[in-house]
Amino acid sequence: MSSIISVQDLSKEYDNGFKALKNINLEIEQGEVIALLGPNGAGKTTLISIICGLVSPTSGQVLVGGNNVIKDYRKARSMIGLVPQEIALEPFQSVMNGMKFTRGLFGKRPDAELMKDILMRLSLWDKRDAKTMELSGGMKRRVLIAKALCHEPAVLFLDEPTAGVDVELRKDMWAVIEQLKAEGVTIILTTHYIEEAEAIADRVGIIRKGDLLLVEQKETLMQRMGQRQMVIELSEPIIAIPKNLKPFNLEYSSEDLTLTYSYEASGERTGIASLFTELSNAKIILRDVQTHQSSLEDIFVDLIGDKS
Amino acid sequence: MNFPGMKSIYLFEMARFYRTISQSLFSPVLSTVLYFIVFGSAIGSRIQEVDGVSYGAFIVPGLIMLSVLTQSISNASFGIYFPKFLGSIYELHTAPISYLEIVIGYVGAAATKSIIIGLVILATASLFVPLHIQHFPAMIAFLVLTSISFSLFGFIIGLWSKNFEQLQLVPLLVITPLVFLGGSFYSISMLPPFWQTVTLFNPVVYLISGFRWSFYGTSDVSLGLSLAMIFLFLITCLGVIWWTFKTGFKIKD
Ligand SMILES: Nc1ncnc2c1ncn2[C@@H]1O[C@H](COP(=O)(O)OP(=O)(O)OP(=O)(O)O)[C@@H](O)[C@H]1O
Ligand SMILES: [Mg+2]
Repeated sequence: MSSIISVQDLSKEYDNGFKALKNINLEIEQGEVIALLGPNGAGKTTLISIICGLVSPTSGQVLVGGNNVIKDYRKARSMIGLVPQEIALEPFQSVMNGMKFTRGLFGKRPDAELMKDILMRLSLWDKRDAKTMELSGGMKRRVLIAKALCHEPAVLFLDEPTAGVDVELRKDMWAVIEQLKAEGVTIILTTHYIEEAEAIADRVGIIRKGDLLLVEQKETLMQRMGQRQMVIELSEPIIAIPKNLKPFNLEYSSEDLTLTYSYEASGERTGIASLFTELSNAKIILRDVQTHQSSLEDIFVDLIGDKS
Repeated sequence: MNFPGMKSIYLFEMARFYRTISQSLFSPVLSTVLYFIVFGSAIGSRIQEVDGVSYGAFIVPGLIMLSVLTQSISNASFGIYFPKFLGSIYELHTAPISYLEIVIGYVGAAATKSIIIGLVILATASLFVPLHIQHFPAMIAFLVLTSISFSLFGFIIGLWSKNFEQLQLVPLLVITPLVFLGGSFYSISMLPPFWQTVTLFNPVVYLISGFRWSFYGTSDVSLGLSLAMIFLFLITCLGVIWWTFKTGFKIKD
């Protein structure tokens, strides 16, 4: 199946000579949720802005549904809804009028049913006649989402959709994203919250200084991440790992006097109980025990740190 | 063509006009009344007639043009500048709408407002002086063309402005003097020969002269020249907008 979004050899150099994107290649399949992670200034917003038509690329091209975003901009943009990172709304416009305005810009006739449905989902129905300047920050962010959805886009870009949104609402938003995904909408989001990527993404892309370092299935990353480590400090050095402990694949560090045991956190049997039994059978005296879980954040920090 | 898109922009801009209808109409009407009191009565009592028209009636076309020009520029420049300032312009850039359609939406709305204001001032003026409009269709045509041309000009200012000061500077420093020196309140023939020649470089002279002709059948410069100048201005503005969008100047990186 061909991709709904195809980013090919895309580079961006801003007028001041700054290279914000360096030869990005990315294929996004229809119906998937992809999260872009990366530190501040990595180029996430620049990438999204080029796909959506806000910024012109320096070289390379982007196709949305097979349409070049510059040459066939009408077709390409008709498919896209964008929730920008910065809140930018007309202060005197009511929520409902704002949505009608956006739908009109996309060349579509008003649809009262659809507007109601979107506002209900985003818990904004009560606020439909409120002026945007009368809304809280979190509400404004949801208005941006409502506006992005009101022309029924096939692809939705969310640039840090949950920045400044409280924990409960964030969960609600995740639910909205789940639902959109179920309806077949392709979703690309950027976030600084790793648990957000964990919670809703199918794939995760990591951008750093204009490079797309990796794009991987979340499961693949989770496997690396699902490893838990138990570090056992010993009171005395050992010469070799005793035979009865071999099946545990322990790693011995003679410097730190530690044995490290890796296991699946999610596994039914962690093997910890039998490890302790075997340790005492081998007459090894323990000083301390610590467990440690590598998270997506660790992987993220490793990656970012490695190549800098 | 994306007609719902143009309509969206047009209606949004008109909504701002209705929301502030009292200010939008009150201030031009008030200033017109003041001009009538000050110029019409004070000066009019000394100058009886210009080109065979009573002074009070003579200044009406100029007064209308004064408001139409300033309103066209301020409405159109504000209309496009404000979304830029707020950042909500992202919606225009990400929508399947062409630059031409955006211009039609914004400039169409600004010109509509100016035409309404022009007609309201005309009605106000008719309360003070007896008005005869000799060439009614021509009067409407001049009003419409001027509104569109100067709304385009205002749109350019809004596109290019980087801050509110710049937005207000051009109308203040350029338009007001041009209008005052453009024969709103006097006939060019009343000036010494040297200044008559200088005045011919003021584009507003041609507007007011042509507009006044549609009222009273007399003009400072020939009608054909007036029309030619308006079209020249209109085409220049369109050209500048086309070039601005083509080069992405001040709009996109
Ligand atoms: N208009 C511009 N002119 C020059 N440089 C720019 C411009 N816009 C962005 N940049 C630079 O490009 C880089 C990438 O910016 P971008 O906004 O894409 O980052 P980001 O990954 O979205 O960051 P954040 O997480 O902070 O939102 C930054 O170093 C930024 O300073
Ligand atoms: Mg960003």
